[in-house]
Amino acid sequence: MSEKLMFVQGNEACVQGALYAGVDFFAGYPITPSTEIAELLAARLPEKGGKFIQMEDEIASMCAIIGASLTGHKVMTATSGPGFSLKQEAIGYACMAEIPCVIVNVQRGGPSTGNPTHVSQGDINQARWGTHGDHGIIALTASNHQDVFRMTVDAFNLAETYRTPVVLLFDEVIGHMRERLVVPDPGVVPIVDRLRTSVPKDVDYHPYLPREDGRLPMSDFGGHHRYNVTGLFHDMWGFPSNNPSVVQDLLRHLVDKIDTNVDVITRYKEHCLDDAEYILVSYGSSARSAIHLAKNRRQKGERLGVLELQSIWPFPAEMVRAKCANAKAVIVVEMNMGQVLTQVKAAVDQPNRVFLANRIDGKLITPSDIKGLLRVIQGKGV
Amino acid sequence: MKRVRLVFSGSGGQGVITAAIILAEAAVIVEGLNATQSQSYGAAARGGATRTDIIISEEEINFPGVTSPNILVCLTQEAYSQYASIIRPGGLLLTDSRSVKTAKKTDAKHIELPLYDTVMERIGKPIVYNITMLGALIGITSIVRPESVLEILKERIPPDFLAMNQRALDLGLVLGAQYRYTI
Repeated sequence: MSEKLMFVQGNEACVQGALYAGVDFFAGYPITPSTEIAELLAARLPEKGGKFIQMEDEIASMCAIIGASLTGHKVMTATSGPGFSLKQEAIGYACMAEIPCVIVNVQRGGPSTGNPTHVSQGDINQARWGTHGDHGIIALTASNHQDVFRMTVDAFNLAETYRTPVVLLFDEVIGHMRERLVVPDPGVVPIVDRLRTSVPKDVDYHPYLPREDGRLPMSDFGGHHRYNVTGLFHDMWGFPSNNPSVVQDLLRHLVDKIDTNVDVITRYKEHCLDDAEYILVSYGSSARSAIHLAKNRRQKGERLGVLELQSIWPFPAEMVRAKCANAKAVIVVEMNMGQVLTQVKAAVDQPNRVFLANRIDGKLITPSDIKGLLRVIQGKGV
Repeated sequence: MKRVRLVFSGSGGQGVITAAIILAEAAVIVEGLNATQSQSYGAAARGGATRTDIIISEEEINFPGVTSPNILVCLTQEAYSQYASIIRPGGLLLTDSRSVKTAKKTDAKHIELPLYDTVMERIGKPIVYNITMLGALIGITSIVRPESVLEILKERIPPDFLAMNQRALDLGLVLGAQYRYTI
């Protein structure tokens, strides 16, 4: 494989990213608007010796990738809102048992079966708190196919680095739209491989005994070592424990391993942001409309910029606060009722200067939708 | 050509989306331009109204939707009624004279061509209707080179069907070449 120019859907850009990162196991259940991911991997994985399984539902798909990951595979599943709801219990299990996996959610309108063929960004909070109990989680997103590719590779890398589920929050517009993608040569984008234990065969392996740097090397399940894996709070052997200090230490670890690394995990892009008086904070397909507007208004001398978030969870609050510190107003552009708005308001020094430009009717928010609100905020009328 | 916005519309099964993908792919892969192609669709596919938005540009494309196209293609009466009004003033409207009866004047150059009838008469297979439409559009506008489209067709179409598609493309090119529209 060498650098390759393609004209593809966002869903295929995600597949290309996953293959580049070394995915070798996919289990899923097809659902609009994510189906092309399963379709393409069903063709591609067997060619490279990987496994594709269409399971009976989304719950089983999530459980299958968890099992496959434990045995040493790089794993992924893909779904949309209704399927993402079903996966939540098992996502919690992967958080608790610290099993690397990537879950793609190509968002459509919800709740319930909602608006299957139309765009939405309504699952932002579900990605954070869809599964119960305190836990850390990583969620990435992207607004164009080159970034879909890159964020998919990063998702696999972060999953291995932190032994955690990573959610890729794409949306229907990104998933189905076609545009240019350049797949880089192997080695150009760094790949993080599984950290495996150096404990030899027939020597006791402690699956949850951290090394000095805090990382937990894994042993392929079913291989050299016998160990226990559970969704219950557990000790360093993986056996259930309700010892208060074990419980407290593990829960703190699950949260801290993600939250204390927010700076490392944070990914974002700036568009016309230098000296911007008005800042649009956006992500995914709605960021394309924000960028379009900012570039147009710049030509007319207006100081408008875009802060594009590529990592949503852990929320990069400190970065957002710093970037927005000098803005006259911050407008969060998203296709939900203000899920990232809440985070931005909590992050900035002056939350009363944060506004929402949204659209929730299944249509992609347009540059003129945003411009209308911007003019009102600027006191210029519609 | 800095930026051209196109809308292809018709009914499900006519191949307007495939034609859009082939055009945009030729622009990106062969001609080194930027392009986006998107479509909105409901739960039903075949027979329903279909619309696809294409932007071809020398520059980066952010917002991928087309609100007022430079070029609008309508292959059914329903599509014409629905979209004729959105065309950009001075734009190009291409319709099939067999299926679209134009009602009111739009501020656009309007070209009616017997695309379907010509395909059926000369090739006899409606499956290549979309390729003839694409050929006609290229004949009129030179939006991409015909060889670029041919290159994409060679990649996408099984060898046994390539000759028929090439004939359909040529048929469209000849029909379109009677007219000239500068983008």
